[in-house]
Amino acid sequence: MTSQTSTVSVLEARNVSKMFGRVVALKDVTLSVRAGEVNCLLGDNGAGKSTLIKMLSGVHRPDGGTLAMDGEPVTLSSPHDAQARGIATVFQDLAVLPLMSVSRNFFLGNEPTRGFGPFKRFDINSADEIARQQMKEIGIEVRETSQLVGTMSGGERQTLAIARAEYFGARVLILDEPTSALGVKQSAIVLRHILRARAKGLAVIFITHNVQHALPVGDKFTILSHGRSIGEFKRGEVGLDQLLSLMGGGAELTELSTELEQLRAEGASQETATPAS
Amino acid sequence: MTVEATPSEAQRIRRVSPWRTFLTRPEFGSIVGAIFIFLLFWALTGFVVGKGFMSTQGFAAYIEITAQVGILGATVSLLMIAGEFDLSVGSMIGAAGLILAMCVSTYGLPLWLSVVITFAFALGIGWLNGYLVVRTGLPSFIVTLGSLYMLRGAGLALTRVLTNGLTIVSGVGTATANDPIAWLFNGTLFSINGGDFKVELVWWIGVVLLATWILLRTKFGNWIFAVGGSKDASRSMGVPVSRVKILLFMATAASAALFACIQVLSVGTADVLRGQQKEFEAIITAVIGGTLLTGGYGSALGSAFGAFVLGVTQLGIFFVPGFNSDWYAFVLGLLLLVAALLNNWILRRASGARS
Repeated sequence: MTSQTSTVSVLEARNVSKMFGRVVALKDVTLSVRAGEVNCLLGDNGAGKSTLIKMLSGVHRPDGGTLAMDGEPVTLSSPHDAQARGIATVFQDLAVLPLMSVSRNFFLGNEPTRGFGPFKRFDINSADEIARQQMKEIGIEVRETSQLVGTMSGGERQTLAIARAEYFGARVLILDEPTSALGVKQSAIVLRHILRARAKGLAVIFITHNVQHALPVGDKFTILSHGRSIGEFKRGEVGLDQLLSLMGGGAELTELSTELEQLRAEGASQETATPAS
Repeated sequence: MTVEATPSEAQRIRRVSPWRTFLTRPEFGSIVGAIFIFLLFWALTGFVVGKGFMSTQGFAAYIEITAQVGILGATVSLLMIAGEFDLSVGSMIGAAGLILAMCVSTYGLPLWLSVVITFAFALGIGWLNGYLVVRTGLPSFIVTLGSLYMLRGAGLALTRVLTNGLTIVSGVGTATANDPIAWLFNGTLFSINGGDFKVELVWWIGVVLLATWILLRTKFGNWIFAVGGSKDASRSMGVPVSRVKILLFMATAASAALFACIQVLSVGTADVLRGQQKEFEAIITAVIGGTLLTGGYGSALGSAFGAFVLGVTQLGIFFVPGFNSDWYAFVLGLLLLVAALLNNWILRRASGARS
């Protein structure tokens, strides 16, 4: 195991469970991601995706199982602790503040300062400079760094949040439904940037319920259903239909479709029966 | 239709003229408003120069009102940008003034110590307001409405007990007559043609500049905007949300204490009922200054122009023939509505400039 360090997962959840009162939110879930790899976490609403990522970003602690980084068990005591260890989480609706400028958003919580003591001030010039550079690098030309983020498109906002996490040294990117509120073109901007982060050697956990967004970027697909992992599939092992049916709970879907078939058949037989009598 | 490629650079980095940038600044409306109100009252008083509205005495009088409400407006703006209200500043003025007056004239403490005690009391109540807001998660509107009434009620009741049935403490003037510290709050800077410009002008400018510097040029200022924009997003970026809010509640309470020191030492008496309506005037000052009622956007510098609008209106009405100060409240309400609409428009231009 020690000889092949490159295959060690940067972040991994081993058989984790979480209870909220008497509700089992997660049971025995395992998920891992290596450097330069995108693991797509798929699942329907209520499957436990949010609970799992909150666990990985230090918001919740697992009730059972362990978390590990670089193969070593860790305890993430707070979101701040997770960030300090290089785990950056970009939440869909909490990515940026629309009424603040691009550079103010970019450096929020990590403001560069000049001077000392009571004269310590926010170094707005270097913040502007770096923000402009970083945005340019990811292909977003900013008119003015004083431009409010609210003027940017949804895809650009998510990309800004991802670029910010990269700039501040994230090793693991957890993206919570970054494309779910976006149109096709805007989603493409975000997906392109996910691949870019992967190429840079970041470990990416991409949460989505849109299989069409997951398939082109994922190396692995982890599927959750009702708080349990249905399994981890490698790229090429599964297709769109298979993923879709697994996500919806394959057996349930089959059951549902036979039930619907029956209903249709009954309806048809009734229709043909009534005029005859 | 062709597939849309990434927009060309030329289209993206279209230069924005300084004028257009100014139009989207939050304080834009207040500067235009201040000029407009000034010219309006000058016109209504018949464009007379040298007496009444357009005299140094007149100017000194509305600058005095401006400076006093402006001190409150600057800190209230910061708090509102952080997404909270402080309705207790009005009764804090009464309570702090009372404490100062009692320390000086009832207990005979030296003035410097009395001022320190007054500020310590205000900072304590400010901390409590902030702590209750962040711990309970109740809207600050409710929490500080509670402290507004509690401070007023307790102030009235305790003063009656301690002063044998009065709600006014006098004798501050004689007790502090020769104290150099008193000059810091009631001194006259200079006089021009009978118009006295008082030291509170310096306090006001100082508070506004400090608030503006903090807001625009410090880390803490960045956090103020962020906290008002979204508490949860700020927290996820590691901003100490509770600390920011509590410190700002302490700042508004301290500005009320400063207001009280200036008033009590200028008038020579303290009245627990003083400062009524000031909480709303401070909010109106902030809104005219371009601060959003919903937080996340605004200006401390703008509050200075907002305060000027208030000062000019309050005194200007007095000089307009056929009008009296009864109309002040009406005009103030109207100004608030116009300012709120204007802010919306500016915000749309600033954030929806995409079109």
